[in-house]
Amino acid sequence: MPAQLSSAVDLIAQLNRGETSSVELTEGCLQTIATQDPNIRAFLSTNADAAIAQAKAIDEKRKAGQSVGKLAGLPIALKDNMCVTGVKTTCASRILENFVPPYDAGVVEKLKAADAVLVGKTNLDEFAMGSSTENSAFQVTRNPWNLEHTVGGSSGGSAAAVAARMVPLSLGSDTGGSIRQPAGFCGVVGMKPTYGRVSRYGLVAYASSLDQIGPFATDVASAALLFEVISGHDRRDSTSVDRPVPASSQTVEQPLTGLRVGIAREHFAEGLDREVEAAIQHSLDVYRSLGAEIVELSLPHSKYAIATYYLIAASEASSNLARFDGVHYGHRAAKFDNLIDMYSASRGEGFGPEVKRRIMLGTYALSAGYYDAYYLKALRVRRLIRSDFDAAFKRCDVLASPIASTPAFRLGELVNDPLAMYLSDIYTISANLAGIPGLSLPCGLSSTGLPIGLQLLAAPFEEEKLFRAARMFERATEWHTKRPK
Amino acid sequence: MAQPLTKEIVTKVAHLARLKLTDGELDLFTTQLGQVLGYVELLNELDTSAVEPMAHVADIANVFRDDELQPSLPRTAALSNSPKTDGKYFIVPQILEEG
Repeated sequence: MPAQLSSAVDLIAQLNRGETSSVELTEGCLQTIATQDPNIRAFLSTNADAAIAQAKAIDEKRKAGQSVGKLAGLPIALKDNMCVTGVKTTCASRILENFVPPYDAGVVEKLKAADAVLVGKTNLDEFAMGSSTENSAFQVTRNPWNLEHTVGGSSGGSAAAVAARMVPLSLGSDTGGSIRQPAGFCGVVGMKPTYGRVSRYGLVAYASSLDQIGPFATDVASAALLFEVISGHDRRDSTSVDRPVPASSQTVEQPLTGLRVGIAREHFAEGLDREVEAAIQHSLDVYRSLGAEIVELSLPHSKYAIATYYLIAASEASSNLARFDGVHYGHRAAKFDNLIDMYSASRGEGFGPEVKRRIMLGTYALSAGYYDAYYLKALRVRRLIRSDFDAAFKRCDVLASPIASTPAFRLGELVNDPLAMYLSDIYTISANLAGIPGLSLPCGLSSTGLPIGLQLLAAPFEEEKLFRAARMFERATEWHTKRPK
Repeated sequence: MAQPLTKEIVTKVAHLARLKLTDGELDLFTTQLGQVLGYVELLNELDTSAVEPMAHVADIANVFRDDELQPSLPRTAALSNSPKTDGKYFIVPQILEEG
């Protein structure tokens, strides 16, 4: 069995025992990418030579008995909206097709300090706007479990890369479910930290009050380890929070006693696929069998989350993406009449349809005469949604729900109906509005062989509890051991 | 809220957003954005007159730091992705008419 089929945590143990080397692992990953990725198309770019060189250096460090980082020698992939010095960062957009950042993102600095090996950049919906990775300007990523189905999105490349065992770890970003939903669709673990826990410095901004970087892994303990590595205060991101990072990788194996698992009745409403509902109900039985108490409660403003989200996210996007003007970096149109026309032509040529739609929606919602009715209204409802969670977490430790109302939908099924695509985010989007941490882990397979994900949410900064609760479930089940053929 | 979205409004918004759109895109977006705006009418069910807007979840405001001199990007690096540069500046089309 190729080494990289093991979990990241197991691989570190193997590396430390000298049973494998970083070069062997990295070559194995690159080999798997070469054979698998022509079908799956998770990667936008790989940097084989640099990765092998980095792996060699780490092997030598380890052999010499020098101290090495927490991820020493582990191959990792990054969603292509995170800046790496000298490595093309496209956001899957024509407008950034040739953009080569002159600096590292905060998380990239942390990965390098932890001695992780950066093997490549993964596909996404353009500027992380989408729920299927079909909005990439360059390629469509296919679900490793069934190539006719989507991987979810927007971090679809990162989810697929781990699901197909092309890499043991990857990073994504989650603005409305963009880590958790593709993790669910691809049968891997994906986690969105509390807003402010991970630096957004060097993450190309989509909606700044919602964006958060987080880990993908094959199992909960490995996700906890990667979370721990990337977390922490960064003065270059003024929304990054200065508080101690929990040692999640140390505590993840400790079960929680007296665990209260909340379920919101709004999450089991009409439209929920029967197989998904059965898998979630079965998951609750697993928690009961582990001694947890299931607490029924209500999140009364759930039904307003999608409308609230798309107004806020689009408004922030319209402002953030104003920087792409054909002047400092990115595409500039060849033909234009004057300066304003140069901006408009460059942006018109460089952005894809979904990005244009969201810029338009945001510009409209922020424009004179509509600001109070749309943007300000959404900000008020956002507070109500947050208050729902504050009340819920007084009665439970984690909230359990589906990750999406169906398993991975088919390629092409929703992409031409933007509103239907937006509505598919119903279970994940509230966590971003409330700023709370959330995690997706495998909890079943549909009759057609597609993964089903269980979502767990926790109160702000309770990531440690989230990982421990997730690990309790994982230890009692075998879903995380299933792999696509 | 409820004002029908017309192609004229969409054209104006595209100008504000500095997006040159084709006629086909203008038609498509008029329909699609109209649907989304119709959907978000849902929020009007809620009386939020007594609710404070929440722009941000983290209660952080005015993060200050000392005004210290620190290294920044070298000019060559800052200009390295520019579509047009003379090595010193970002070059843009002429803005002022010659007198």
